[in-house]
Amino acid sequence: MLALQKMTGAQRIAWVFLFPNLLIFGLFTFLPIFLNFFYATTGSDRILLPDRPYVGLENFQSLLACESYLDPNSCARDIFWRAVHNTGWFVILQVGFMILFSLVTAMVLNRDIPLRGFFRSVFFYPVLLSPVVVALIWKWILQRYGVLNAGLEAWELPVTNWLVEADWAFFWIVFVSIWAHMGFYTLILLAGLQAIPSDVYEAAEMDGASKWRVFSKITMPLLMPTMVVVIVLSLIRAVQAFDEIFVLTGGGPGSATTLLLQYIYETGFAYRPQLFGLAAAASLLMAAVLLVLTLLQLAATRRQAEG
Amino acid sequence: MSNVLSFLTRTRGRGRFDLTDWLTWGYLALAVVLMFGPVFWVALSSFKTESALQEYPPSLLPLAPVSVTVEGYEEPLQLFRVTGGERAGEVLAQIRRIGLNSQMVDPENPGERINVNINDRVPVREFALAAENYTVLFERFNFALYFWNSVFITVVATIITVLFNSMAAFALSKYRFRGRTAVFILIIATLMIPPTINLVPIFLVVSELGLVNSPWGVIWPAVATPTGVFLLRQYMLTIPDDLLDAARMDHASEWRVYWRIVLPLAAPALAVLVIFSVMWRWNEFLWPLIVLNRSEEFTLQLALNSFQGDLQTSWAPLLAMTVLTLLPITLVFAVLQKYITAGIAQSGVK
Amino acid sequence: MKTSHLLSGIAFAAMFAAVPVSAAELRFACYQDGVECDAWSEAFKTFESENPGTTVAVDVVPYKSIVEGLPLQLASGEGPDLARVTDLGGLAQYMLDVTPYVSDAAKIEEQYGKTLAWTRVNGPDDKGIYAIMDQQTATGPFVNKTLFDQAGVEMPGKGATYEDWAKAAKEVAEKTQTPYPMAMDRSGHRYMGPAISYGAKVFDDQGNPITVDDGFRGWSEQFVEWNNDGTVAKEVWAGAGGSSYQDAAKEFTNGSLVMYVSGSWQIGRFGRDIGDAFDWVAVPAPCGPGGCTGIPGGAAIAAFKHTKSPEELGKLIEFISREDVQAEVLAKTKNIPANQSLQVKGIDYENASEDEKAALTTFASALSEFSPVAFQFQGYKNNRAIMNAIATRVTQAIVGESTLDEALERVDTDVKEAVAAAK
Repeated sequence: MLALQKMTGAQRIAWVFLFPNLLIFGLFTFLPIFLNFFYATTGSDRILLPDRPYVGLENFQSLLACESYLDPNSCARDIFWRAVHNTGWFVILQVGFMILFSLVTAMVLNRDIPLRGFFRSVFFYPVLLSPVVVALIWKWILQRYGVLNAGLEAWELPVTNWLVEADWAFFWIVFVSIWAHMGFYTLILLAGLQAIPSDVYEAAEMDGASKWRVFSKITMPLLMPTMVVVIVLSLIRAVQAFDEIFVLTGGGPGSATTLLLQYIYETGFAYRPQLFGLAAAASLLMAAVLLVLTLLQLAATRRQAEG
Repeated sequence: MSNVLSFLTRTRGRGRFDLTDWLTWGYLALAVVLMFGPVFWVALSSFKTESALQEYPPSLLPLAPVSVTVEGYEEPLQLFRVTGGERAGEVLAQIRRIGLNSQMVDPENPGERINVNINDRVPVREFALAAENYTVLFERFNFALYFWNSVFITVVATIITVLFNSMAAFALSKYRFRGRTAVFILIIATLMIPPTINLVPIFLVVSELGLVNSPWGVIWPAVATPTGVFLLRQYMLTIPDDLLDAARMDHASEWRVYWRIVLPLAAPALAVLVIFSVMWRWNEFLWPLIVLNRSEEFTLQLALNSFQGDLQTSWAPLLAMTVLTLLPITLVFAVLQKYITAGIAQSGVK
Repeated sequence: MKTSHLLSGIAFAAMFAAVPVSAAELRFACYQDGVECDAWSEAFKTFESENPGTTVAVDVVPYKSIVEGLPLQLASGEGPDLARVTDLGGLAQYMLDVTPYVSDAAKIEEQYGKTLAWTRVNGPDDKGIYAIMDQQTATGPFVNKTLFDQAGVEMPGKGATYEDWAKAAKEVAEKTQTPYPMAMDRSGHRYMGPAISYGAKVFDDQGNPITVDDGFRGWSEQFVEWNNDGTVAKEVWAGAGGSSYQDAAKEFTNGSLVMYVSGSWQIGRFGRDIGDAFDWVAVPAPCGPGGCTGIPGGAAIAAFKHTKSPEELGKLIEFISREDVQAEVLAKTKNIPANQSLQVKGIDYENASEDEKAALTTFASALSEFSPVAFQFQGYKNNRAIMNAIATRVTQAIVGESTLDEALERVDTDVKEAVAAAK
């Protein structure tokens, strides 16, 4: 290795470290994404690229054909636009509340309480479950003849058809999604909290700073780098949320909980004939929006860190 | 007793159990119910029979109807508690049901036949575990083989993931070179592309490489996770460069710097990635479903889902299989969790 | 350093995967709703003893693998030699015509002609043998007879209309305090039965789909209205989105549903889960202005072109079509035979209760009276596009996301687009 280092020079060695990952990336991520551009510009239900006729930007155009972007009913692809709206709301609510709960939980778990290890596992455990299992568990709980309604009936409270009322169904997909994923972010935030040196707190306590002041002036700024990871990852995950919601509600009632990835999945895979081109075009549009959002996010935090 | 109490009420050095403590414990108690409850319930349900799973209202414990042998009848008869009519409160055995009428007999007094309206009886049931949900799995599947396939894919993929991702993260966080930002943005960009949409092109690549029906067809496409690179890079940025420079002064090779200094310091982040990689690979379903179609290469998740047909799903064995696939990953987590806590604590001291 | 390992790893894996398996091993990708694959594994033991040297490996896969993995594998020249499939028209392009390898093609034609037609997508001259049905299904209603007895309401007889049934079921539900009078699976396939009964033509003279016409609209209006006034259990359709399948079997087995429009595949499950709780019967399809029909359907075992052993595969398909083999397998799986002579003779089902046997007979005889349009629909290559559009759009009308007119318009555009893409 030292010989290689001399041969390549200390700077170029960076590429040597990058190489294995980039090779796999290239083969199984970049190349497929590149192929996706070809799918997006071709039509028909054929799977192999040479069999597919070139249609130019037709797929993109039909996705964007709308009289008003605020009214999905006026769009050529109404379900796509409903999915865009739903995904927007879902991301705002899910990411917002999840980070809030994760932060509260991380701070609770950061206290010197007995059985800390056990409680950490408690929050993390749902993260281990596969999305399908998560969805099936909650489906049994929430369906008309599910555990929740059985419990309500036993207490003589009114039952609700949780997954048939559009607003409730939306509430539950946000809830279940937070339930399933908050353990991950809690863990990362906890690691961030523990990395804050305790002498900083001690100094603040000596100065008689209030709890809120300690939190806003010490904890939050020092937690910021960790927060960036959490926000970026949870944002991306939320935009791409799919499996557990699809199994839980099937996107219903109607299309009240249909998210973007479900639209892409159904268009490209589940439905016959499979419209790969349309699905690829939708996913490229979605990726472009996400990329801009993330870069803005990273740029904003960098400026904050520098300023 | 007072020891237990003082242990439970131990708070941040003060002797008082204040409001924040109450809130903390209330929150944690609620969390245990909310987070573990559903899983616990699935575990209990996996011991129910198929018919019992369809019941409403569902019972908490797995229950089975009770039958007795009554003199003069060859087959065992099912017991019912009569809830209305003359015989209310008695426990009778049902001979047969005809329309709305149930012909019953008192097991103590088998001579007399009693007619009861079917709405005036409820089955007597007792706690019974439907262990056949589990035994059927071992009869039907080569369970050990699927288990081995899953373990192989999970372990190998995790080792490669951690190695490749940490090398890339090291390069991206500890070197300044031309193209660094470009590579980083490229990797971040791949995070944005939903994996589902790439299934078709990736399959074409895997098929060209001849990896269909091979565990490597599942492993290779999965190891270069952008999440892992991103997570590790962000963590490695916090490792002071002075440490690396000091090692370089001692003529350590760059590989040595990476292997002996950066990797150990990044242990908490690595532990998080290990847990995630294990979880992703172990739970992965859609991709193996497309690449593997020979049963000798199947993973546990594929076997689990083979209970899902077109029009029907066999819930009882599916739940049992779910519990079985959950066990190993729970164990792995239980073991690694301590390590993470230790790792986090160490990095906290630093 | 690592790269050479990596490359040799890939190369090694490639070599390993390329080693050919024994020429006479046939791989069968099989999904099951009940015990279909187990029954076939058992039957193939006979085949293996009759054809020494040929082995059949049964890979039990999730249904999802058949729907999503199989087409991709077949398109890239991978995949099993034969598979149990439901999308006959869609996969027909990959199927192998085994006529040259069977000893008595005429007999297979005679026994399975009606369903073989569903795989013959290459024009009127196509006489190939591609796939053999091992599970014929028929859609139709089940009724909780005990509830009718308790309410003292007489069950409408043969020839009764959907309105008659709705009225009777509602009366029963009211008198017995049952929550749901009627329910229908959330599936475009189930929907087409009543739609055709209401006079939907489905195809024009050239065989092109004309999904939305007066008959179709008539049933759609009725169905949406019944969903909203509580005649039909709304949560079955309104509780999901897209084309997700949803059934109401749980409600029926729990005795909270009077009449349930589903299909013959439920029989085994009802026999097991309802047990002695109440009496249930299958009844003939109710009628509408256009007739009284359900939709046929089912699963078939198809042979694929890329196989390395077409001869052995042909023999296996012929074995699968044999009357004695079918009788033995279907007796275990409690399905209706597609084989013509078995349909006439009937099957001696194993461990079937009286309720189950009666229901199987009802569905088998109903099948022969189904409208020709129903068979044409089931055999239509793009029928799945129609079914998806129905499930998605009609639900939107039920939950009020769109008006029924808008929904029907969207059904039309969806189907047209899909048909154009599949050209």
